[in-house]
Amino acid sequence: MLNFVLKRTWHALLVMLLMSMLVFVGVYAIGNPIDILINPQADQALREATIARYGLDKPLWEQYLRFLGNAIQGDFGVSFVYNVPALSLIFTYLPATLELAVVAMVMTIVIGVPLGIYAGYRPDSAFSKLIMSGSVMAFSVPGFWMGLMLMLVFSVELGWFSSGGRGETVSIFGVEWSVFTWDGLQHLLLPALNLALFRLALIVRLTRAGVREAIMSDYVKFARAKGVPPLRILVRHVLRNIMIPLTTVLGMEFGAMVAFSVVTETIFSWPGAGKLVIDSIRTLDQPVVVSYLLLVAAMFVLINFVVDVMYSLLDPRINLGSRK
Amino acid sequence: MSTQTMKPQAPERDSYIRQVWRSYRRSWVACIALAMLVIAVLMAIFAPWVTPQNPFDQATLDLMDSRLPPGTVGSGGYVHVLGTDADGRDLYSAIVYGMRLSLSIGLISGVLALIVGALIGLLAGYFGGRIESVLMRIVDLQLSFPPLMLALILVAILGQGQFQVIVALVAAQYAYFARTVHGVTLAERQKEYIEAANAIPLPTRKIMFSHLLPNVTPPLIVVATVQIASSIVLEATLSFLGVGLPVTEPSLGGLIYNGFEYMQSGRYWMSVYPGITLVILMLAINLVGDHLRDVLNPRLSK
Repeated sequence: MLNFVLKRTWHALLVMLLMSMLVFVGVYAIGNPIDILINPQADQALREATIARYGLDKPLWEQYLRFLGNAIQGDFGVSFVYNVPALSLIFTYLPATLELAVVAMVMTIVIGVPLGIYAGYRPDSAFSKLIMSGSVMAFSVPGFWMGLMLMLVFSVELGWFSSGGRGETVSIFGVEWSVFTWDGLQHLLLPALNLALFRLALIVRLTRAGVREAIMSDYVKFARAKGVPPLRILVRHVLRNIMIPLTTVLGMEFGAMVAFSVVTETIFSWPGAGKLVIDSIRTLDQPVVVSYLLLVAAMFVLINFVVDVMYSLLDPRINLGSRK
Repeated sequence: MSTQTMKPQAPERDSYIRQVWRSYRRSWVACIALAMLVIAVLMAIFAPWVTPQNPFDQATLDLMDSRLPPGTVGSGGYVHVLGTDADGRDLYSAIVYGMRLSLSIGLISGVLALIVGALIGLLAGYFGGRIESVLMRIVDLQLSFPPLMLALILVAILGQGQFQVIVALVAAQYAYFARTVHGVTLAERQKEYIEAANAIPLPTRKIMFSHLLPNVTPPLIVVATVQIASSIVLEATLSFLGVGLPVTEPSLGGLIYNGFEYMQSGRYWMSVYPGITLVILMLAINLVGDHLRDVLNPRLSK
């Protein structure tokens, strides 16, 4: 176990290093920062002074090392647009994104797993067929289009939910939350549903497939023959076995949700990190783009790591030490 | 599209086409999907002949015509069946041209990703060893990131434009092809015909491209239909975010983005019609792909 953790930590660091190189070279070397930093009307002396001040006259590897050194200390430069440190700017926007992703995740699990179980237990019932065709629809319809339609139907036409912004927030431990106020909840539900729908479809299908496989298995047949109550079979035998693939997928999908929140936040004007990064890409605010990308990459690496460890905790048969 | 892509596999060509046809005849849903796709492709190819206006030509646009509701007669003297957008484009023409753009970008990046991915998968699967572990580790790493994220990173780096978007889509998607081809190649490499080819010995290049490649093609086509659909969606998403194709020549995603700000004020048509077109296109490609999958790869069928 320890061996595995050490090895994976080493891999994770390597991946982060690679990502930082890619992003640095990409954003700073290909997109020319001089044009953004310096006023085109500036004279030659001012140009050179600015280039020297930002170290842009040094060779690329030296610039990269400097960037890396600063990045390790949490300094990703100052946002060109907001004029505050990029990382702290992202951290002020990040709670809104995480709140959205967590609520969407809870929706996915609370709605998706029971529907999947039902569809697995009664595959031929009309309701199960409805669930399954619904999930096919949710797969085929592009996520951003689904978001637009949700907004058009439920907020513009029916006026059931508000759209745009977070609504009223309440401050808990210095972080603003929408989920604890009625108004905030009204603003939160549609974007969260938009974010959740695709994963919901995925989870329904996975759960259904898992349940179908599990109820055919010998151990469930045996438990049934033994007279174990159905609910107990469901919880102790069926659910336990489908937990493993579900955890993996949910773990990975949480990352995908944070990534996709870029789209949802744009549609619903949700003031989160995703909207911030899209605006920053458009305004060429490179420090913000770089720190967001590296932060998200770090999150993915961490999620993969946690999922692998969770795997072994949920299923003692998996021996992490013996993996290559 | 289905029949064209399958022509290269000479030995089994007839039976495949017949199987595909039989599979389609059984289901009217699939027939409709195929018909829709064919119509969409034909409309895209012959766009100038089936539309009253070239929406990408700024000179023909008249701002007086902007934001007309569906069914209004504009300054051009013809009826705007689906209304006009904020720049005065006839929405029907813009949708056909946008579809042309979306389809061609999806197809080009899908095919490029297929070529790159297949090459990497073949190399890794055939040679094994260090090449395999390096290549496949990169592929696995990439697969753990959502493609939208990768495409966004690349667009952030490269900037906007058709070429940049295609590069981003290829880079975000080749990994799926590489993984598939790698898996199949590993299985095929064990078989006698490769052993025999090795024993002759045929040159490596010949074994890889004349012997291995035809045998990994069926699963590759299955992945390709899925990936072409998803690269169209990905491009639409990027354009919708305003970081994809330039707004002066909007794809379907770009049209939805252009109309988005008018959604709240009741001018729904500017976003809704391009969106419906996109959804129909996606459904058609996915349904056609589903049937292709049943025929080409019985293992994957539900």
